[in-house]
Amino acid sequence: MNNWPLLSLVTFLPLAGAAFIFFIRGDDKVVAANARHVALLTSLGTFILSLGIWLKFDNTTPDFQLVEKANWLPQLGITYHMGVDGISMLFVILSTFLTPLCILQSFGSIDKRVKEYMVSFLVLETMMVGMFCALDFVLFYFFFEGVLIPMFLLIGIWGGPRRVYAAFKFFLYTLAGSVLMLIAMLAMAWHAGSFDIPTLMGIPYPVSMQYWLWLAFFASFAVKVPMWPFHTWLPDAHVEAPTGGSVILAGVLLKMGAYGFLRFSVPMLPEATVYFTPLIYTLSIVAIIYTSLVALAQEDMKKLIAYSSVAHMGFVTIGIFAMTPQAVEGAIFQMLSHGVVSGALFLCVGVVYDRMHTREINRYGGLVSRMPRYALVFMVFTLASVGLPGTSGFVGEFLVLLGTFRANTWVALLATTGVVLGAAYMLLLYRRVVFGKLVREDLKNILDLNMREIVVFAPLILVVLWMGIYPSSYLNVMHVSVDNLILRHQAALGVKAAEPPAAAAPVQAKPAQEAAPAPEPAPAAQTAAPAASEPTPTQAPPAPAADDAKPTKQE
Amino acid sequence: MTLAVFLPLLGAAIAGLMNRRLGDLGAQIVTCSGVGLAALLAIPVFLDVALGHNPQTVVLLDWVSSGDLQVRWALKFDTLTAVMVLTVTWVSFMVHVYSIGYMHHDHSIPRFQSYLSLFTFFMLMLVTADNLVQMFFGWEGVGVASYLLIGFWYERPSANAAAIKAFLVNRVGDFGFALGIFGVFVLFDTVHLDTIFAASASMANATINFLGLELPAMTTLCLLLFVGAMGKSAQLGLHTWLPDAMEGPTPVSALIHAATMVTAGVFMVARLSPLFEQSETALMVVTIVGASTAFFAATVGCVQNDIKRIIAYSTCSQLGYMFFACGVSAYSAGIFHLMTHAFFKALLFLGAGSVIHAMSDEQDIRKMGGIWKHIKVTWMLMWIGNLALAGIPFFAGYYSKDTILEAAWGSGTPVGQFAFWIGSLVAFLTAFYSWRLLILTFHGKPRADEHTMAHVHESPPVMIVPLMVLAIGALFAGGIGYEMFVGHDREHFWGEAIAVLAAHDSVEAAHGVPSWVKLLPVILAASGIALAYLLYTLLPGVPQFLAQRLRPVYLFLLNKWYFDELYDFLFVRPAFWLGRGLWKDGDGALIDGCGPDGVAAFCQGVFKRLQRFQSGLVYHYAFAMIAGMAVLVTWYVYNQAG
Repeated sequence: MNNWPLLSLVTFLPLAGAAFIFFIRGDDKVVAANARHVALLTSLGTFILSLGIWLKFDNTTPDFQLVEKANWLPQLGITYHMGVDGISMLFVILSTFLTPLCILQSFGSIDKRVKEYMVSFLVLETMMVGMFCALDFVLFYFFFEGVLIPMFLLIGIWGGPRRVYAAFKFFLYTLAGSVLMLIAMLAMAWHAGSFDIPTLMGIPYPVSMQYWLWLAFFASFAVKVPMWPFHTWLPDAHVEAPTGGSVILAGVLLKMGAYGFLRFSVPMLPEATVYFTPLIYTLSIVAIIYTSLVALAQEDMKKLIAYSSVAHMGFVTIGIFAMTPQAVEGAIFQMLSHGVVSGALFLCVGVVYDRMHTREINRYGGLVSRMPRYALVFMVFTLASVGLPGTSGFVGEFLVLLGTFRANTWVALLATTGVVLGAAYMLLLYRRVVFGKLVREDLKNILDLNMREIVVFAPLILVVLWMGIYPSSYLNVMHVSVDNLILRHQAALGVKAAEPPAAAAPVQAKPAQEAAPAPEPAPAAQTAAPAASEPTPTQAPPAPAADDAKPTKQE
Repeated sequence: MTLAVFLPLLGAAIAGLMNRRLGDLGAQIVTCSGVGLAALLAIPVFLDVALGHNPQTVVLLDWVSSGDLQVRWALKFDTLTAVMVLTVTWVSFMVHVYSIGYMHHDHSIPRFQSYLSLFTFFMLMLVTADNLVQMFFGWEGVGVASYLLIGFWYERPSANAAAIKAFLVNRVGDFGFALGIFGVFVLFDTVHLDTIFAASASMANATINFLGLELPAMTTLCLLLFVGAMGKSAQLGLHTWLPDAMEGPTPVSALIHAATMVTAGVFMVARLSPLFEQSETALMVVTIVGASTAFFAATVGCVQNDIKRIIAYSTCSQLGYMFFACGVSAYSAGIFHLMTHAFFKALLFLGAGSVIHAMSDEQDIRKMGGIWKHIKVTWMLMWIGNLALAGIPFFAGYYSKDTILEAAWGSGTPVGQFAFWIGSLVAFLTAFYSWRLLILTFHGKPRADEHTMAHVHESPPVMIVPLMVLAIGALFAGGIGYEMFVGHDREHFWGEAIAVLAAHDSVEAAHGVPSWVKLLPVILAASGIALAYLLYTLLPGVPQFLAQRLRPVYLFLLNKWYFDELYDFLFVRPAFWLGRGLWKDGDGALIDGCGPDGVAAFCQGVFKRLQRFQSGLVYHYAFAMIAGMAVLVTWYVYNQAG
């Protein structure tokens, strides 16, 4: 199977499954059962196939791999171009990993319009995978926007009481951002004469143009991440979405924004990236502290976890823009980890929601005495969310903060407070739901996890521990691509920075550290001042020694 | 060696996950044998590593690697580790066995045993860490185990609150620890301990850019790391969780909140002695914090009435001793006291558990008294524990505590003098509250009701035997260890495990202090005992009289210097208040109000108005057309004219 178009297969297999389900006819019950099984089998098959991508993936090259290229609209220069590198590959796996679990979960909670639900879900999977593989602007935009439609339907049809409001808020928010991104993409393509992403990465854009492009991308990605203050659609969407929708929303959709930053903003617009880094820092720190505090006050389980997602994604955006190898790898790792952990937390909420049909925290309490297995599972994911070493949550957070500390100690310090606050709201949630005395009459007959639910949670727990104890399996995939990203970023800046006199900076002051892949010019080893992301070339500060003072607050 | 670390984990996993199949007895057998075997294995490790001077590192697996950061799972065994492993496994083993008896009424024995073993595993990972990140792993791991065990009786709201408080206060400490690790990495480009130590001397005068300031690197890093140590070891400011942690079952208090986990901070400072040695300021801070905590906790301990809380404050106070020992560079004395303290404090806690067991779960010493005849063995063991705690000659505590005080005096610095005088005063207070506890609990007239008194009974052998083992430690550990830890063999014994600059060698100086310095703590301890005897046996009215006359002081002490109230006011309430405010006003009114909902409402308003134009009446439309025409024509004419 060496010459199989693996990426296309993984992308479109779910679509084929969806088409198959679409044509199932017959008695309602039979249709529902068949639709479920077909969907589960399709998504499992997709997952297994996607593992083939990982197997064939070569860790040693930063280039795009498993590339497929075909003419699509040649007169416009638009191609069907697919490929993965160390940044996107694991997101493909994450998407295909979560989908079968969500489908399996829905067996117990979705019983109306099952066929349509499964079709939407499989279409959603195609869109997600396609988005992470697409290497052409138009193709990317197609998948990026295409994700919205099935998600809109999932929230709007199978959601809770305020589902229509939430669905529209979600749709309009994200669409408004995307329109600006489309304009930016067209402008870039017009400038470069190509829609091909690898080609576009190699083209320098005028700095004045970069700012506008960057802001346009920012509008789209910041909504998706979501960054403060564009986050208010998320709690509503989560609360109203069905469990499976929430899992995918938190697990994969939120990653699209951060992935966009990594794929477009940072490599294509280096000067603008440096210029706007303080803005990102500020918004991310506000997000971490603000949403953590808000999470403390929540009464709805899903809303609490939704707010915690915003806080966790704050670490991701900080990491991406800190631009040290640890921070960027940490950010990617944190995304993967958050995808698994927050997805699992939403599944945990789903378990009790299926039984009690409420997400209000005060309606629970003392579940551990009836549901010991559930308590254990929930505890594992709570601790992972809190960032306990040995779980996946720790590695990402730790790397991000470590890398950021090199770039900017203030940012690292303020972001680290999120670790304390994160523990506060998660443990309070756990205490109020699981611990305490079981006093409510209606909880006295609640059942522990059944076999199907255990099957859903087991792989998630395994992955959380695997990522926590031996994260190298994942980090090794990223190393070369991330190093390449940073090197190119530095190089792009270096060209410009060589001209102003400010280049007499601490660069090459003491090459004492021969540390192998440190692309960052080693700061003076003795003073070890954490060289920030280089003296800003756009502003050419006269005193580059004060590199730490540079990204001061913009508040 | 590796087995000694992982056997407890294995026991925990089996007992925790297969609790139904194993049953209570099975879980007890599995966990006890896991830890018991680890304890046995710790002996050859100690003989080989510490006495045979054969430090070694076992590399297990890669952990995190990213850029120039390389972290691996590895177990480092040197003398310091070997001492800790030996202490931890043996105390843990005793507590495991004791728990069989103490917890036999409980519903979830497998869960309890499993947590205990899990804790032991994390503690061993902490002490055998070969790099800072792995130490952090164990550090947070013991925190979680402690959280789970404090909240073990999950139906009690107070236990849950205490568990969360413990975890959060520790997290505040870990916040400092984490920043310290980041800083170390920035400075040394590694988190590997041996590499850091090798480079530490050359970094003595380095500076680090922290928060925009150019600060002396060693001081900054050591202080950040010390914040972590303060959190875990309940030092002044971050101590508030420890007394509340007594909500956990008593064996937990003995193991985690007396003998092992809370001493992790002391271990950390000793482990990182090559770093701390490079910063006079950091050492000074450690000394002052340690001495202040010792004093603070001892004063509070004098007025508490809950038997476990008294011992908890005593622990806090003794940890202060260990810290100021480290602060005056007498790390070996600090670790020595850590070891002896582990035995006698575990003994005291388990003894207190035995008393509570006998008194039908009564913990208030005002409602005890006169029970020594009924539980003679426990009574004797408690005496041994308290004698050791008070530092009465030839009990374990005497050797370690006196060495600390002598080293403080011998260090010759003003801070050392301060620590010495505070420490001596605390020795007096320690003896006082210890005997207050003994007298009120065991002697005098019974104050419990008859029903309880009729039930007072000696604990079963499964509880008493571990107590006896610990008592042997409390009796002899000091005398046996003295020469090795702080005596003439010490340099040979510690090898490279602890670094002390020649100018800082206070333990050496401790051997040459005047004899009054050696005698003073003993005299003060004896007078503390005498005062307690006086107040609580001969003149029982006086304490109440004093409490009434000095009511503000009494209340101040009883309420633990009002730390809890202060923190509640400063941090807890504002956090919730802010959270609610940001949510309702920030997200709800401001962002949604100006953002999506505002835009939606605005559009709706505009369209509503536009709607009115579509009235369906012809003359409305006709009027609009004419008006429009008029405007157009006017505009056209004006433009033409212009």
